[in-house]
Amino acid sequence: MTAQRVRTHAIDMSSILRVKGSHHEQNEACIKVENLNLFYGEKQALHDISMEMPKKKVTAYIGPSGCGKSTLLRCINRMNDLVDSARIDGKILLDGENIYDKAVNVAALRRRVGMVFQKPNPFPKSIFENVAYGLRIQGVNDKRVLEETVENALRGAALWDEMKDRLNDNALGMSGGQQQRLVIARAIAIEPEVLLLDEPASALDPISTLKIEELINELKEKYTIVIVTHNMQQAARVSDYTAFMYMGELIEIGATSELFTNPVKKQTEDYITGRYG
Amino acid sequence: MDNSKIGHHISEQFNKELEDIRNNVLTMGGLVEQQIELAVQAFTSGDIELAEEVIKQDNQVDALETAIDLECTQILALRQPTAFDLRLLLTVIKIIHEIERVGDKAERVAEMAIQLAGVESKFPHHELEHMAELVKGMLHDALDAFARMTIEDVSEITQRDDNVDREYENILRQLITRMMEDPRNITRTLDVLWTVRALERIGDHACYICEHLIYMIKGEDVRHLSQSELESKLKA
Repeated sequence: MTAQRVRTHAIDMSSILRVKGSHHEQNEACIKVENLNLFYGEKQALHDISMEMPKKKVTAYIGPSGCGKSTLLRCINRMNDLVDSARIDGKILLDGENIYDKAVNVAALRRRVGMVFQKPNPFPKSIFENVAYGLRIQGVNDKRVLEETVENALRGAALWDEMKDRLNDNALGMSGGQQQRLVIARAIAIEPEVLLLDEPASALDPISTLKIEELINELKEKYTIVIVTHNMQQAARVSDYTAFMYMGELIEIGATSELFTNPVKKQTEDYITGRYG
Repeated sequence: MDNSKIGHHISEQFNKELEDIRNNVLTMGGLVEQQIELAVQAFTSGDIELAEEVIKQDNQVDALETAIDLECTQILALRQPTAFDLRLLLTVIKIIHEIERVGDKAERVAEMAIQLAGVESKFPHHELEHMAELVKGMLHDALDAFARMTIEDVSEITQRDDNVDREYENILRQLITRMMEDPRNITRTLDVLWTVRALERIGDHACYICEHLIYMIKGEDVRHLSQSELESKLKA
């Protein structure tokens, strides 16, 4: 047998080399926050925040309790409108349009920007009706459309195979992890552009947590995702970009791989390595 | 000793674990420095006993390497370190590998010392000792930079490798001349050549340690760069 010479130039290095500069790729911004300030009464909770969240990527907010990350997340679908004392100035642009514009219909905005909370909050209805709810209030009653949408949403939330024979069971009988995925299915059934996840896995066991993380990874093919998490390893695993917030200020935002290995700001370093500043 | 870079964690236990790792690396480095010193001494004086001691000491170095590796693995698994902590552990894993290789080189010198003991011949001992001093100094300073967690002096350390290379070539020329003069010298001279080569490699390992340190402090991978590229990175 003749020995074959190894020809190094035959090896495709492009995928290896791309890893290095991957975070410098140009991403179209989906959400742009511009000089956002938020006050709860006298107290300022967010200080002059400006950042961009790219389309079809996962952006994670991390930071200690009370740093404003949930507040910022809730600004993106105007949930803070429900807090009487909250006052906002600055802009949040969704696809170039300021969501705090007077002309914006908040209900329509929330159809485009879905949200999932820390504790799963299914309605005390059947699994099917939970997922179909958003469509029903939009006036969709065609059985075939509903069935198709529910199936797609449940598949999207990696729940279809487990639940397809139990669609008429009450959703409250599901496990916590299943409920959380059901809530995600409910959110994606109306095909939003953005998904806001506020500590989506903090009340779940490790296996359910991994399933949610796996799901996030699949969902980002279709949606722009913003996630708030206390679990830094989770942020590191699921997100493309990470923003570190502290005392209502955005300290640093960058590619997750970079921020967790070589952060720019000392405050970020101290927080992610578990040091006191 | 300044431990501001590895201390200040909320978890005291974590501080202690990192401190332990650093101390073990320095112990390992100290052992290897001593190994070089004794190996060269054994070589120039033909002291077989001393050479055997050096060879035996390598077991300790190896044991420390595996122990430190284990400590690092456990921290990676249990604490999921990030940022500087992560870079520190990755660097330690690489540095101890370099140190272990230096230990092997010292062992090599000791083996040659045994092989050549009692052979009457005029080897360039003076040059060899000088070269040993150079590389020992480089290793010492690289480990010192690690202990102090600073990279102020590293480009100066890597620069010194040029002197080592010059010295190496110098000795090499003498050895070639010797072999040409009398082919009966070839076997012995080659043994000397391996020894000198081993010392030269120690300088290289010291440089690699410096490169790893730059990654640890600055988060920048400077391997495979020229001296001038390295210096401009350090200035940036």
